[in-house]
Amino acid sequence: MRVALFVTCVNDALFPSTGVATVRLLERLGVAVDFPAAQSCCGQPQFNTGYRTEAAPLVRRTVRAFAGHDHVVTPSGSCAAMVRRHYGKFGAEAADLAPRVYELTEFLVDVLGVTDVGAYFPHRVTYHPSCHGLRLLGLGERPRRLLEAVKGLELVELPGAEECCGFGGTFAVKNPDVSAAMGADKITNALSTGAEVLCGADNSCLLHVGGMLRRREAPLRALHLAEILASTEEEPWR
Amino acid sequence: MSGTFVGMPAFPEAAREAVGDTTLRANLRHATRTIRDKRARAVAELDDWAALREAGKRIKDETLRHLDAHLLRLEESVTAAGGTVHWAADAAEANRIVTDLVKATGETEVVKVKSMATQEIGLNEHLEAEGIRAYETDLAELIVQLGEDRPSHILVPAIHRNRGEIRDVFREKMGSWGRPAPEGLSDTPAELAEAARLHLREKFLRAKVGISGANFMVAETGTLVVVESEGNGRMCLTLPETLVSVVGIEKVVPTWRDLEVFLQTLPRSSTAERMNPYTSMWTGTTDGDGPSAFHLVLLDNGRTDALADEVGRQALRCIRCSACLNVCPVYERAGGHAYGSVYPGPIGAILTPQLRGTASEVDASLPYASSLCGACYEVCPVAIDIPEVLVHLREKVADQGGKGHRLEKAAIKASTWVLDHPGALGAGERLASATRKLHPKRLPGPGVGPWSESRDLPGLPAEPFRDWWRKNRT
Repeated sequence: MRVALFVTCVNDALFPSTGVATVRLLERLGVAVDFPAAQSCCGQPQFNTGYRTEAAPLVRRTVRAFAGHDHVVTPSGSCAAMVRRHYGKFGAEAADLAPRVYELTEFLVDVLGVTDVGAYFPHRVTYHPSCHGLRLLGLGERPRRLLEAVKGLELVELPGAEECCGFGGTFAVKNPDVSAAMGADKITNALSTGAEVLCGADNSCLLHVGGMLRRREAPLRALHLAEILASTEEEPWR
Repeated sequence: MSGTFVGMPAFPEAAREAVGDTTLRANLRHATRTIRDKRARAVAELDDWAALREAGKRIKDETLRHLDAHLLRLEESVTAAGGTVHWAADAAEANRIVTDLVKATGETEVVKVKSMATQEIGLNEHLEAEGIRAYETDLAELIVQLGEDRPSHILVPAIHRNRGEIRDVFREKMGSWGRPAPEGLSDTPAELAEAARLHLREKFLRAKVGISGANFMVAETGTLVVVESEGNGRMCLTLPETLVSVVGIEKVVPTWRDLEVFLQTLPRSSTAERMNPYTSMWTGTTDGDGPSAFHLVLLDNGRTDALADEVGRQALRCIRCSACLNVCPVYERAGGHAYGSVYPGPIGAILTPQLRGTASEVDASLPYASSLCGACYEVCPVAIDIPEVLVHLREKVADQGGKGHRLEKAAIKASTWVLDHPGALGAGERLASATRKLHPKRLPGPGVGPWSESRDLPGLPAEPFRDWWRKNRT
């Protein structure tokens, strides 16, 4: 099995460790990983802010970068949802990419057919299902099943898990007060679990929630699911 | 607090105030969560919910596609049953028609059934200016009217008020509108309801003119339908001599059979009930039974403009259940008033800019009043893809290039250029990483400023992913 990694612009620039973890995890599972260097941003920020014309060159670039790859894997439910739900609006070639893009947990559970990826992460973890993965992709129990199979990991329920964290792309900038109020409630819920790690499958949400946690110097850190799944007894993740 | 929404600031500014109001936040949090959970249970009882949702969507779409024909059929049926149909292109025309009809009766008082359409056109204010006093008889609308307040929710217009606040409004204001509140009124729901009952009873018995909206209009028989919980609507629809109903043109359904779907989905979605307590249906006039004169004012007021928009028209499927408000994390924190319209929440964010246009600051800000989390679409009983319409309306607002959008467009274009040139992107990432020790955790300035008011910026990595890949895998 050979896949192309669609790392996403946010991960490339701000969270390369999530990209590295995804590569390490997939290779451990016997998957050969390519990284088409022509890839950039999927165009979602532009599209969702009302700039479809400005998103178009990025959509074309993404489509070209992944031409010829049957399985394109991305550690972002949001970017996967952009391709799957909206690329059809940018023509037939773009529509053709949609079914070939897999969010990481979809690829692991549905394509590889694994839930126990051999990970070891001896920490108390709570999981925030980001909205686009939850509602646009319908990831359902996949992330939870993967986490439950991690050795040493104690998974605790996040109250109000399905509520938006308040990031929402440019929403966080255009409506900063409501965004921060939503984030504060998410954090209060996460802290109430007593978890050490707030896990998610979208680093853009974790950028927002994690930034609020750091500002408060809270005893809880945000971490991408891929980094937990990449962690093993032999090579523990930081 | 003013009774109108005119001159509201843009959503973000209005929301800032609401977010800081701890009483309001607590009231909304408690109320929306209670009704949200109840709705989820009521919907989960039905095995065929998905099919009902799809059926409701299709009935509405099919009806909207041939709206002209259904409306003409409705007019014919209503007329044949003894009613009179009036067509109002906009709010001014509707207000004028209703005022003339009331004046023709010689009355200076009317009782009102809870109605979104009459709020949308500002009918009460217009009647007041013409010397006619309109009494709201729905409990929550009464609270809003007595408090000289504005509605903040479609179904529960006084959702922003708690019991103590309602008791204070009753004690202070009931006397100047009619029968005062009983001595020593407490804040228990039963006592508050009894106070309202006593206050309203004299108005029901005295009223010669009733004004309503309608949840549905059945074209084949000319029957109007009002669903409600309190029974005040039934009083207004049956006791007066003249009944005037102001109804948006999108409320028509072709047949009684179509009602079967909505009378299941509406109560479960709105009040989380299997069936609402009162369903009133009337067809024209009947000798010796109910009003002897019935007028139907069919209201356009921007609806045909919305209908012309291929993406936006789905908003006209709305049956005003409020499920999207109750589940919306933005509504829960910002409250209904911030939306600057009688239609707040997610549905308001897509309906108001279509009905009123996006010329005003608040209307242009509404399509952005959402994190696009999609919870609204998930609960909508007629499957309105609200996030899709929001993004569509953002495109329209951005295109019209109003306040701030020219600068934003330039910034977006620049970001697209950088992201479309990975060489430049990589160089930028590398430069940022190389200088990362110098970056502050908080930054001033547009865009970044609001972000770093409540969040630290992430520490930049030592190198971007693409450099790690080049060094380790190629």
